[in-house]
Amino acid sequence: MTTDALQVKDLVVHYHTPLGAVKAADHVHFALRADERLGLVGESGSGKSTMALAILRMIKPPGRIETGEVWLDGRNLMTLSEEEMRHVRLARIAMIPQGSMNSLNPVTRIRAQIADALRDHGVKLSRRQLGERVRDLLQSVGLTPQVAEMYPHQLSGGMKQRVCIAIAISLRPKVIIADEPTSALDVVVQKQVMETLARVQKDLGASVILVGHDMGLVAQFVDRLGVMYAGKLVEVSPVRDIFTKPLHPYTQMLIASLPSFAQKGVFRGIPGLAPLLRDLPPGCAFHPRCPQAFDRCQKEEPQPREVRPETWAACHLLP
Amino acid sequence: MTTLLEARDVTKVFGGGLLDRNTTVALEDFSLAIDSDRPSITAVVGESGSGKTTLARLLLGLAAPTRGEVRYLGRDLQKMTQTEMRTFRRDVQVIFQDPYEVYNPFYRVDHVLTTPVSKFKLATSRAEANRLIEEVLKAVGLRPEETLGRFPHQLSGGQRQRVMVARALLLRPRLILADEPVSMVDASLRASILGALRAMNVERSISIIYITHDLATAYQISENIVVLYRGSVAEAGDVELVVKHPQHPYTQLLISSIPVASAERTWTTAEVADPAIQAAGQAGCKFADRCPSATPPCLRKPPPLFRTAPHRAVACYLYQNAPVLPGEELEAAFVTPAPPTQEISGPSQ
Repeated sequence: MTTDALQVKDLVVHYHTPLGAVKAADHVHFALRADERLGLVGESGSGKSTMALAILRMIKPPGRIETGEVWLDGRNLMTLSEEEMRHVRLARIAMIPQGSMNSLNPVTRIRAQIADALRDHGVKLSRRQLGERVRDLLQSVGLTPQVAEMYPHQLSGGMKQRVCIAIAISLRPKVIIADEPTSALDVVVQKQVMETLARVQKDLGASVILVGHDMGLVAQFVDRLGVMYAGKLVEVSPVRDIFTKPLHPYTQMLIASLPSFAQKGVFRGIPGLAPLLRDLPPGCAFHPRCPQAFDRCQKEEPQPREVRPETWAACHLLP
Repeated sequence: MTTLLEARDVTKVFGGGLLDRNTTVALEDFSLAIDSDRPSITAVVGESGSGKTTLARLLLGLAAPTRGEVRYLGRDLQKMTQTEMRTFRRDVQVIFQDPYEVYNPFYRVDHVLTTPVSKFKLATSRAEANRLIEEVLKAVGLRPEETLGRFPHQLSGGQRQRVMVARALLLRPRLILADEPVSMVDASLRASILGALRAMNVERSISIIYITHDLATAYQISENIVVLYRGSVAEAGDVELVVKHPQHPYTQLLISSIPVASAERTWTTAEVADPAIQAAGQAGCKFADRCPSATPPCLRKPPPLFRTAPHRAVACYLYQNAPVLPGEELEAAFVTPAPPTQEISGPSQ
């Protein structure tokens, strides 16, 4: 039996707005295995970034984690004190946030920014040891030691993103959460950054959750893929199966809508719009857009079921 | 053939004032012509820094070229009279990348549709104006009753972008320049916007220049493609040839880097060359510093376009046995768009 690196159980996150609660994550349940790369895809507003933040307990007001458990190293992160949680972050779970390359301090050298992360988490090193550590970290993400003495503006977007990966892995975390780590990068650079991430994951023996909207990117990188729609995980399946045998109608339509090099000139969009998260339709949230919807879909919310081994989907059409 | 819009040996240099030694050549000796008789879809593809936005601004007359001319129906955009400019502004419409930025949040979306109607006197009565607006909204797959009277924030990104397509249509343009029209729109809505653009081309004979960084959508929609690299054409011609069997090492790198959404892994583990910081005043091929096949001649002189097939031109010395195609005759390598035969699934709502 494979061990789970991280378990998310029944996680509910609401954003409390004057117009009502926005259900950004609605009873999400999944497990991340050791050494696994799991993808979370969804359109904007499907709750994928909220999921990433909630696992690290970084949801800010008006958002609130209502219920749920996140298990790591035999501890439920939701029960930890703020100080304990601070030590879990970076050391056990690291995050590469969206647009993180723009979060580097523009007036500080790269070396100081990496050292900062280490010092802040209680790593005590001599000057020489620190220099070596920074050099090793930069090397592990494919950057030359000279980068340590540079400022962010002297680096390209891809290099900055790799510096962020270096910071994220500086304490050898067990789980890395990458939220759209390559958005705004060109495809060639994107590939390099993803290869870097793949390499450090192998070196560390860590697990990765890759959050993204680009099905292609996620498909090339992950082992298993979770599809989110309106704050819910509607399908989780090994990558191969999800493209050859998608189960949920939303997954099927999402895959059919992707531009491919195989078929030219056929454009299949998904009709209708994603629902408002503060005003979800009753029953299955996808039923107004689903061509296969029937009576039950409007009344009863489908629960995730294990349809095939390792494959979960939430749809009334499934046996 | 008469040309509708053409760029002739256009170069755009930024910087380089009296005291400024840092110049950036955003676009260099670029030529492209769009035929006025046969509606076509031409894709211009490039990464950031390839000069595609500069090209869009030059083609729209929003920026003046440093050298060369952009002409509309034979007239230089920079020398047009006011009346001519007015015709140009009506005949050539643009759809920008960001469907959020183009709206004034204080006005209802109707505003972007009624303004052109009154500016260009498209209707003589209010009823006629409404009929026109409703017609174009329906043409892009929007329901007028659900769109008009709303504020921009009440529409989704996809809807807003379709309103922009509708606005462009309202003026019955001859050419639409679409600058990354779907890059900020969700995957499920992308297809419907591209479908709407394609339908404009087929049903209303509007030519489209589709500027993008995304080769997959470029392949989907266009007949011909121009791949730009640092302001110069790397490869151009029939989209089937260029995308399916790329010849320029840059196009090959670009296409192999695209993450394909399929069950098969197409990304190989081979490391790709790092984009080096461009050497100042580099004389030869702009791709030479990253190119696995670079030879000394590549560093001396930039390669001309070699016509490796009737419908393809490649700027690379690997193909120097093929005849040279002068840059200003780029469109000679384009395929003539076939009359539409394939079924177009219309935009859905």
